Amino acid sequence: MSTQTLPPKTEAPVIVREYVDRVRGGDLGALPAVLGLVVLTVVFSAFQPIFFSPGNFANLLTQGAVYVVIAMGLIFVLLLGEIDLSAGFTSGVCAAVLAITLTNMGWPWYASVVAAMITGAVIGLVLGTLVAKIGIPSFVVTLAAFIAFQGVVLLLLKQGTNISVRDPTIVAIANRNLPPWLGWLMAAVTVAGYAAVQLAQARNRARRGLPTTPPLLLAARVGGLALVVGLVVYVLNLDRGRAVVLQGVPIVVPVILVLFLIWTFVLRRTAFGRHIYAVGGNAEAARRAGISVDRIKIACFVICSFMASIGGIIAASRANSVDPNTGGSNVLLFAVGAAVIGGTSLFGGKGRALDAILGGAVVAMIENGMGLLGYGAGQKLVVTGLVLLLAASVDALSRKRAAATGHR
Amino acid sequence: MSSQAPVLELRGIDKSFGPVQVLHNVAFSAYAGEVTALVGDNGAGKSTLVKCIGGIHPYDSGEYYFEGNRVQVNSPRDAAALGVEIVYQDLALCDNLDIVQNMFLGRERKSGLVLDEATMEEMAAKTLAGLSVRTVKSLRQHVSSLSGGQRQTVAIAKAVLWNSKVVILDEPTAALGVAQTAQVLELVRQLADKGLAVVLISHNMNDVFAVSDRIAALYLGRMAAQVKASEVTHSQVVELITSGRSGELGLKNGAAT
Ligand SMILES: Nc1ncnc2c1ncn2[C@@H]1O[C@H](COP(=O)(O)OP(=O)(O)O)[C@@H](O)[C@H]1O
Ligand SMILES: [Mg+2]
Repeated sequence: MSTQTLPPKTEAPVIVREYVDRVRGGDLGALPAVLGLVVLTVVFSAFQPIFFSPGNFANLLTQGAVYVVIAMGLIFVLLLGEIDLSAGFTSGVCAAVLAITLTNMGWPWYASVVAAMITGAVIGLVLGTLVAKIGIPSFVVTLAAFIAFQGVVLLLLKQGTNISVRDPTIVAIANRNLPPWLGWLMAAVTVAGYAAVQLAQARNRARRGLPTTPPLLLAARVGGLALVVGLVVYVLNLDRGRAVVLQGVPIVVPVILVLFLIWTFVLRRTAFGRHIYAVGGNAEAARRAGISVDRIKIACFVICSFMASIGGIIAASRANSVDPNTGGSNVLLFAVGAAVIGGTSLFGGKGRALDAILGGAVVAMIENGMGLLGYGAGQKLVVTGLVLLLAASVDALSRKRAAATGHR
Repeated sequence: MSSQAPVLELRGIDKSFGPVQVLHNVAFSAYAGEVTALVGDNGAGKSTLVKCIGGIHPYDSGEYYFEGNRVQVNSPRDAAALGVEIVYQDLALCDNLDIVQNMFLGRERKSGLVLDEATMEEMAAKTLAGLSVRTVKSLRQHVSSLSGGQRQTVAIAKAVLWNSKVVILDEPTAALGVAQTAQVLELVRQLADKGLAVVLISHNMNDVFAVSDRIAALYLGRMAAQVKASEVTHSQVVELITSGRSGELGLKNGAAT
């Protein structure tokens, strides 16, 4: 087939065949995470019916939110083939800044939130500069930061006292819900917006005689999204309260949705995003194309730590307090796990914001489901570690396969 | 064929990597509408010279003229702004990006803040069609899924996409089979016939004589000779490459004629 004689429309069976080819070629995309979600749901529901209740579903979302948000930031660093081991404690430091300014100093909530976010961005700027300009491997820089930030949290919290967070707005983020009508409105806007963007794109391409996605596939995508979003909002709008009515989409959901849309836009639709992939794929080629590799690297570390600060704010909201363990123990492991399970490659050059959500859901399900089955922290950590290892193996193997079959 | 002023001219280029001097007082010219072959043994400094031209490596001293004007080229962007495009020996493509994304890398078309994918795809298709390329299935396939010849073609298309005036190809046929080599050479000739100044680096004397108008021979980092292809024989060029001189031509005690 030649470029000139390409049919203007790619037929549906061709798309299916191309997808199968891609999977065979080692580009698994969202497949492992989606499979994982299905298997976990079936297994946990079979052993513990409560797992499959609206109450637990809402619980899962707020539980996973911190991992999802931190993972979404980590993806930028992973796209470069770098790592940020300090993201967990960065979120802890930022949460401490939030709690101190809010509770001890009496700042308004928005000022505290901005202070926490700036703290995150500055941390990212320092880490990124050390990696890009001085040339220290990110593993070492962020391992040092991992240890140091643990101390910083202790120092900020005066040797480990815990600071409570009572501001109603901050507490609402992880503990309150949208009124049901607003949930439905959000769902409608999301689906309509997605459909409009897809349609406008297809129109534009068709007008210029470029190959377009077949209408059937477009309809299937929009329909699929509508089904998933509708189902989620419906379940979350059911009354899940025991004594009083408790219903609605948790506020963290629109927060994550907005972050997801922003970063997806940045990665897929802007030159900056394109350059991130280029640096991760072939840094020398990016440099020769006139891209400032250092600046891209620093920006990615800033985004990562900035997202960690938002993760810290959500963690503080969920716990109603900040203590020396906020952002500690398994938070980083779970966030890296979320990104990798979602399909982001540890070798750089491959990853999407969506990976954080899919992988974060898997991680949250393991934590939540095993908790419901009565397993302790020890078993949960072992299983999560194994799942991360499994995801990393899938990543490495699919990379090998891709090299062998000439894909990616 | 003309003997007008060169589009690109270098004079007295010196370049060292640490204590090792790789280029010594190198002069080099490329002319519009002509293919200039740059030949030399492995390690002679061909790729280094090309990277100096492309702004990848800063040169230590020397003068860089473009269309008669003295210019400073300190980065790949400077070279691109002049209209100098280089197809590197290692191609410098990103495997995780598709053909269109690679062709526009670093110079993406935007409408406002947003990438204008449709325009880029259109332009890429036109350029590839202009080069009579018929072998790629989709412009949206990842470069990693392409064959060696296809990758070479994408790299060349990337270079000619930008109304460039000088296109430099660093050993474009080294890794290709017979048929693909012929295709690439035809492409090289096409570019020169369109009025571009083309510089072709190659080890293969048959390739060099098949398409070149001029031949420049580097010997151990020194320009041994730059001559018209019609005025030398295969064996003379081979001598220039291997010993830096051939009869009247070439280096005499380290100085070029
Ligand atoms: N980045 C570099 N650092 C140090 N030495 C280099 C570098 N690039 C090339 N060289 C050296 O410069 C010399 C010329 O290399 P090169 O220009 O690649 O030769 P050619 O392309 O003619 O085969 C070689 O001796 C090589 O080892
Ligand atoms: Mg070379």
